[in-house]
Amino acid sequence: MSDPVVSIRGLRKRFGDNEVLRGIDLDVAQGEVVCLIGPSGSGKSTLLRCVNLLETPTEGTIEAAGHDLTGPDADLDLARRDIGMVFQHFNLFSHMTILDNLVVPQRQVCRLPKAEAVAEARRLLAQVGIEGKERAKPAQLSGGQQQRVAIARALAVKPRLMLFDEPTSALDPELVGDVLAVMKGLAAEGMTMLVVTHEMGFAREVADRVLFLDGGVIVESGPPADVLTAPRTERAREFLHRVLHPAD
Amino acid sequence: MAPPATAVQRRPKMTPRRRRRLARALQYALIAAVLLALALAADWGRIAESFLQLDIAADMFPDVWTAFGNTIVYTLLAFAFGMVAGIPIALMRVSEFGPYRWFATAYVEVFRGLPALLVLFLVGFGVPQAFPGLQYPGGVYGQVAIGLGLTSSAYIAESVRAGIQAVPRGQVEAARSLGMSHTRTMVTVVLPQALRIVVPPLTNELVMLTKDSSLVFVLGVTTATMELSKFARNELTSTANATPLLVGGLLYLLLTVPLSALARRLEHREDRR
Ligand SMILES: Nc1ncnc2c1ncn2[C@@H]1O[C@H](COP(=O)(O)OP(=O)(O)OP(=O)(O)O)[C@@H](O)[C@H]1O
Ligand SMILES: [Mg+2]
Repeated sequence: MSDPVVSIRGLRKRFGDNEVLRGIDLDVAQGEVVCLIGPSGSGKSTLLRCVNLLETPTEGTIEAAGHDLTGPDADLDLARRDIGMVFQHFNLFSHMTILDNLVVPQRQVCRLPKAEAVAEARRLLAQVGIEGKERAKPAQLSGGQQQRVAIARALAVKPRLMLFDEPTSALDPELVGDVLAVMKGLAAEGMTMLVVTHEMGFAREVADRVLFLDGGVIVESGPPADVLTAPRTERAREFLHRVLHPAD
Repeated sequence: MAPPATAVQRRPKMTPRRRRRLARALQYALIAAVLLALALAADWGRIAESFLQLDIAADMFPDVWTAFGNTIVYTLLAFAFGMVAGIPIALMRVSEFGPYRWFATAYVEVFRGLPALLVLFLVGFGVPQAFPGLQYPGGVYGQVAIGLGLTSSAYIAESVRAGIQAVPRGQVEAARSLGMSHTRTMVTVVLPQALRIVVPPLTNELVMLTKDSSLVFVLGVTTATMELSKFARNELTSTANATPLLVGGLLYLLLTVPLSALARRLEHREDRR
């Protein structure tokens, strides 16, 4: 097996007195799709944000996409290019057109000539099913469309690893499917993905592995069939019951 | 629990709407009485003589346009300097690098804390005395740009900083996670959005500067470089009549009222976004 794309050892993260991550060890292999589930406040977002150093770990080491992120001479700007991130609230650049959201990063980060960047932007927008919106501003798009543009934007700088933080949680239910379809496509192409999600259907179908995070530690880890249908711990059982039967 | 119905019915109470209408009518009546008293007490002939001498007003033209133009030029020069100095100061205020932050904070505190008049004196007389060889580019225009612009830049820097901090964090996080550096993120993502947010306060700053340009007289100005206040004051002295002040005042309002209206419109547009 080739080197893992993500390799986390002994990761701890404290906000003041609040220890949010309490010793995380995690390897993600090339092409693997790992879904991260767990109750609110368990540290899922924090873990994800540590992988591209949006949060600075308090302790531990992180290697991702071939970069030693916690090493003394880590070049974060260079590393983050290889680690795409998709946010719950899309975070498209609100003052730019849809096209510029994809073109500007390519030009500034990858130093591509304009024509090339535009061509690539069009190709990516088509890939995520957004057409005829190039001149629109993000606010003119539906949430589902914005999220698909955000995925295309992240792909524009050619990452080797994609992080998703609840990409469909802010969407109206009828818009969730389109975004998940794009993510499935990405997984099928062999992208390495780390996905925080409450979409158990997606996890079951697409994930190679599901992690259950609680209280800042990985409580369960395994194939979706095991973790989602036959959790070993009481906490995971309770959580899954609540997610799958919210009306109870 | 409802009180016994009969007790309420016996006293026909005023509806809230009628009460409001009555209160409104009383206020109108009061205002009308005050205005009437003023009108009767005032010596209208005297007032007209002091402020409304049409021939004196007419005599101010066309020369007053030069002064009017200078007021605009001084205002714009100071504003331009204020922006050019203020935006970098704002960026330094939010820098990750401590010394930049300290310098910018000191700069803002100093130039916001000093009276504009004192800064103008410093630039016009203090600095040239300390550096005898120094020549301001553009003569008095350069002095005004810097002298009024320094004060303005402190206010502009604070507005822009507030604008920068009003840009949602997610915008910065998205840019950084694409591999854009702190500086690139500031220039291509944060500043354009921040400037849009601060257009209304900057328009207000322009209104303040229009009025502050009246301080320029302390630098010693000629007929060619005189601004509106100084011009009106000279006319006041030479004609021994207050009409020039009225004309000058109206010309200021000609500039500031539309600007204020614009600022309000822009503010509303921001609200609706
Ligand atoms: N920047 C921060 N400063 C202080 N505390 C923080 C910060 N970010 C997160 N936390 C705290 O860390 C804990 C875990 O937060 P995190 O966002 O990682 O949880 P999560 O599992 O993603 O939850 P959710 O499902 O609600 O998104 C929470 O208690 C939160 O209050
Ligand atoms: Mg979260």
